[in-house]
Amino acid sequence: MAYDYDKSLRPGKLPHIWCPGCGHGIVMKGLIRAMDTCELDRKNTAIVSGIGCASRISGYIDACTLHTAHGRAAAFATGVKMAKPEMNVIVVGGDGDGTAIGGNHFIHACRRNIDMTYVIMNNFIYGMTGGQFSPCTPTGDKASTTVYGNPDPVFDISKLAIGAGATFVARTTAFHATQIDKLIAEGIKHKGMSIIEVIDDCPTTYGRRNQFRSVIDMMKRLKDMAVPVAAAAKMTAEQLDGKMLTGVLHKEVRPEYTEQYAKIIDLAKSA
Amino acid sequence: MSSRKAEIEIIERYCKGCSICAEFCPTKVLAMDAFVVKVVDADACIACMQCELRCPDFAIKVHKN
Repeated sequence: MAYDYDKSLRPGKLPHIWCPGCGHGIVMKGLIRAMDTCELDRKNTAIVSGIGCASRISGYIDACTLHTAHGRAAAFATGVKMAKPEMNVIVVGGDGDGTAIGGNHFIHACRRNIDMTYVIMNNFIYGMTGGQFSPCTPTGDKASTTVYGNPDPVFDISKLAIGAGATFVARTTAFHATQIDKLIAEGIKHKGMSIIEVIDDCPTTYGRRNQFRSVIDMMKRLKDMAVPVAAAAKMTAEQLDGKMLTGVLHKEVRPEYTEQYAKIIDLAKSA
Repeated sequence: MSSRKAEIEIIERYCKGCSICAEFCPTKVLAMDAFVVKVVDADACIACMQCELRCPDFAIKVHKN
């Protein structure tokens, strides 16, 4: 049978707003499959997003959803999780939303190791607002605000998350559709802050400014640049130049924030 | 019962013509017709589900026989 996505979507919302060939739809399908794999009760699952193309996911999936201010998704999600620790909290957003405008909220949610799953779609650009460069735009690439090429070095979102203290960090691409739901499901099951970075394509505002003739060119590039972690261990630094490691990049066990906070509440009550 | 491995349903209203499905179909069952994808060789379908999995627009449903 065809996969039943309709049961997880709000009626009458399709076709969605994303451009032809945008990978966000592929990621949203992966998220729906991951939620089904983990048998999440949608009445007890909050999907929180900020502003941007990727953040529109909260409008489509039929769960408890919160569409918030630009970059503040992690902060709102922290609030939801603190108020209702039994709730499953999933954050969705893009690279600009998560690492530029919301960079501070992102790193501190990672540091606290609060139990939520952050699916961050990295398409190297601010798509919705008109193709301005983001901290993830590759050096030298063109955006609407870097017409002569981007002089800035790039943020590696996964390394940033590991450095900030997230206890589960994984990366995949929109080309690797079956890996998306597996990694998100693993992130949902993990107790603590889980970051799933999905390298995505933006054919409209990034692709056509940077010599990608078509959506297919972009998809093939995602395929070429991905190297599984196990394969990368046998490769030289030269071979890995320009590649992105995919799979589970980091996993550790550390006390989860809402559990630690519950102990503080108990202490305060007994004082 | 059809001898085909699967029936492909295309919801044309959702299709935006990105052509990802046609490109990554291993047996070239799908092809672009202007801005919408069409089934051109239904018998060749091996029910691999790649098109349904990759379609960003929820426009393809593969019903396995």
